[in-house]
Amino acid sequence: MNNFFELFSYDFFQKAFLAAIFASISCGIVGSYIVSRRIVFISGGITHASFGGIGLAFLLGFNPLIGAVAFAVGSALGIQFFTKVARVREDSSIAIFWSLGMALGIIFVWMTPGYTPNLMSYLFGNILTVSIAELWWMFILNVVVILTFSLFYRKILYIAFDEEFARAAGLPVNLFNYLTITLVALTVVLNIRVVGIILILSLLTIPQATANLFTKDFKNLLILSSVIAFLGTLIGLFISYFMDIPSGATIIFTLVVMFGLLKLYKTFF
Amino acid sequence: MDALIKIENLSAGYDKTPVLWDVNLEVFENDFLGVIGPNGGGKTTLLKIILGLLNPMEGRLIFRSDINNRKKPIGYLPQVKHIDKNFPITVYDVVRSGSLMASAVKKNSSDVKQKVENLLNEMGVANIRNKAIGELSGGQMQRVFLCRALLSDPKILLLDEPDTFVDNRFEGELYERLRYLNKHMAIVLVSHDVGTISSYVKTIACVNGELHYHPDNMITQEQLNGYNCPIKLISHGEIPHTVLKRHN
Repeated sequence: MNNFFELFSYDFFQKAFLAAIFASISCGIVGSYIVSRRIVFISGGITHASFGGIGLAFLLGFNPLIGAVAFAVGSALGIQFFTKVARVREDSSIAIFWSLGMALGIIFVWMTPGYTPNLMSYLFGNILTVSIAELWWMFILNVVVILTFSLFYRKILYIAFDEEFARAAGLPVNLFNYLTITLVALTVVLNIRVVGIILILSLLTIPQATANLFTKDFKNLLILSSVIAFLGTLIGLFISYFMDIPSGATIIFTLVVMFGLLKLYKTFF
Repeated sequence: MDALIKIENLSAGYDKTPVLWDVNLEVFENDFLGVIGPNGGGKTTLLKIILGLLNPMEGRLIFRSDINNRKKPIGYLPQVKHIDKNFPITVYDVVRSGSLMASAVKKNSSDVKQKVENLLNEMGVANIRNKAIGELSGGQMQRVFLCRALLSDPKILLLDEPDTFVDNRFEGELYERLRYLNKHMAIVLVSHDVGTISSYVKTIACVNGELHYHPDNMITQEQLNGYNCPIKLISHGEIPHTVLKRHN
């Protein structure tokens, strides 16, 4: 038990703990929106497209997060543009951006001279190596997400539930769609360091599925998803530390087990 | 008396393919218009034009001069198949979303809340206010969406296939309610089920590419009672085989 509390005195663990809080809030809120609105597939496309930006950053030697943000936001807006303006089927345009980003990433990383040591931490995440600068970015993201969802709570909810009705009422639906999809892109990218590109989608969907077992109210879903995401991340973090296994994968595994147990509980009690 | 809505020589469609052409229609206060026609005939396109979701290719849609064009005085009940029944939203929030349609003056939060309460009580759905939309029966869902449509005090109520919410036994209840609402607002009801609506609507518009307006609902209850089964099909021509006038 001493070991357990001692952990909190370590600098790397304090940062990991903060990262868990920030990731849980932003992913809890944005993920609830994604799941309710049924845009999980778009979010997957954005996530994987961001790998292209990380590859480019490795090649040219700038901050990979900046490359990832550029590719994520670019593909988010690109998917919307392809679908709405160029009239490509939505699932096809998602697949195009999804694979284009991955392909570019692989080419850029291959072209990068020497060994790329950090590549794995972007693909699979490592919450124990999050830097102070990255924590600040996560903090700012949280402020933006919380502000947007509290200021425009009803508008976001109504558009998500019935876009046609909101359009008929004269709400700037397109503007809100671009705003929210940009937030999705930023949330994905700034949380990549926690669980990685491959697994980030689960932080946006599994806590929400768990919370959805207990509430059907949108506001409660936002809050409960964040709480469940935090519990899962923290428990996963402890398990990974004491068993010395990869943190990102352990966190996701914990979240899935939580979902399974609570689903069983709901079914039988 | 000016028409609430006036549609003049209007053509509309998607991707340059017109679905409706040369449509003329006026909706007056206290009208109860039934819009009938085959699937793909343009009924929904006509509703989209009135709601402002689609711009006409040709012709015009004019609201009466005292009506603010931006905030339309329209209540809208969508088809049940357009509603995402798994969305995590409560009855209360669905009804309150009707405030989007209201004019800016009525956006005051406590006014909206009071109006939501009144409507929930009036429609008998106050006891299920915290239920998720997916937990409701068809009849409850229909009443909840009617609450949403009525929250903005509409001058015109548009209903898209409202009978698809419930089975035939409960249809009568809806139409009695609409007959009462019709004292305060014009109603435009889209349906493919002519037999049921014909005993309630005052006028009929047949839409199949073109729109043909029948100023009198010429189907009488006696004629319908003559058959001992629900009437699902009515054609045009001379009595006895048909009951609506021929299109010119």
